[in-house]
Amino acid sequence: MKPAAFIRHVPRTLDEALKILAQVAPQDGRILAGGQSLVPIMAFRLAKPAHLVDINEVEGLDHVASDGQILSIGARVRHAAFHKSVLDNPLGKLLAYVARHIAHYPIRMRGTFCGSLAHADPSAEWCLVAATLDATMVAKSTRGSRPIAAKDFFEGIMSTALAEDELLAEVHLPLLPADAKFGFNEFSRRAGDFAMAAALVTYRLANGKIADARVGVGGAEPAPRRIAQAEAALNGQAPSDKIFRAAAEAAAKAIDPLEDHQTTGEYRRDLVRAVVRRALEHSHP
Amino acid sequence: MSDKTAITLTINGHDHAIAVEPRRTLVDAIREDCGQTGTHIGCEHGICGACTVIVDGEPVRSCLMFAVQAAGKKIRTVEGLAKDDKLHPMQQAFMDHHGLQCGFCTPGFLMLAVGVLEREPDIGDDDLLDVLSSNLCRCTGYQNIIKAVRAAAKEMRGK
Repeated sequence: MKPAAFIRHVPRTLDEALKILAQVAPQDGRILAGGQSLVPIMAFRLAKPAHLVDINEVEGLDHVASDGQILSIGARVRHAAFHKSVLDNPLGKLLAYVARHIAHYPIRMRGTFCGSLAHADPSAEWCLVAATLDATMVAKSTRGSRPIAAKDFFEGIMSTALAEDELLAEVHLPLLPADAKFGFNEFSRRAGDFAMAAALVTYRLANGKIADARVGVGGAEPAPRRIAQAEAALNGQAPSDKIFRAAAEAAAKAIDPLEDHQTTGEYRRDLVRAVVRRALEHSHP
Repeated sequence: MSDKTAITLTINGHDHAIAVEPRRTLVDAIREDCGQTGTHIGCEHGICGACTVIVDGEPVRSCLMFAVQAAGKKIRTVEGLAKDDKLHPMQQAFMDHHGLQCGFCTPGFLMLAVGVLEREPDIGDDDLLDVLSSNLCRCTGYQNIIKAVRAAAKEMRGK
């Protein structure tokens, strides 16, 4: 239960961090941000990185800033930064609502938004937010900077499009329309546990009909994603119990469920059906 | 093995000059290198909360931080709660409401509750319940812990 030995690097600037990462990445060098997933994995000796590039002392990277269209979130921004709405847009309320479902309060003090995406646990709440809202990841290395769309970013269980020498420096989330509604629901056996299924939905009403529906499902497949069949079931329809159930059914049918010794595919589909329906029924405002 | 780094940990206002490997967790350094054994180690992977301490005003799991990361920061542990013979209102409330039995989880619960209430004195009952779900207790069934923290919250707000 004690992490294996490693060499710690403490860069003060982003450039310095990227240079060190480029040097140590081939020797299993990794970024240490909040450490709330990496350190437990190291304690179990599932990971034994030879080098850790600790970015907690890097200047900058702690910004949560909006230009009116995009919310930029830097690599050192903690989950707790979203406990209260960070901007006057439904996105701020959405992030605050979702943040409360992430692990527990002390974990949220340390864990980072970008770290959660780079770790890419299939059940992670921020990964679901990024996939549902079509976030853009900004990957930086000594070779330059490149944007990665959420749909290309998550490649599987704890697997992303980031190269070993790339740092997820920033994530861009598009703001929601001012009249957007959102709903989020997740199922876990105990408070703060990993979600066994989670759903995030956003939509707005145009002449009483659902428009621009987004339905994202997490925790049910190797990576979170939007479910086009569920969105199609909603768009153009007036919100009703029947339509919400139809969308939930479409989502349950569309997924290729993860199975484990406690969770059959059928059970996972049941959970997806339930969380999508609940997210739709309890949408805000 | 990697080399040891000389650091100073400031715990409850006292400086401890120690030398640790980078892999040394903060909780191990607090207990083994600084001799402050009030902070307990339970699961060592961030689930149980027994090792919760306050670092620069934030309640955190000290098993999920490396000691070298806490150098230069203000660390508070259960040993720093009481002032001379007078218990902290949170400690007194745990006694008054029977919020502990074996006591293993108690330092973690105390630092969690004190840390959160100092940051958010007006936190609502529902949010407080969510906060207390952070830590595990195998004796009390939690109800008396909730009562104790609610009583202490009232007391702390009054001051």
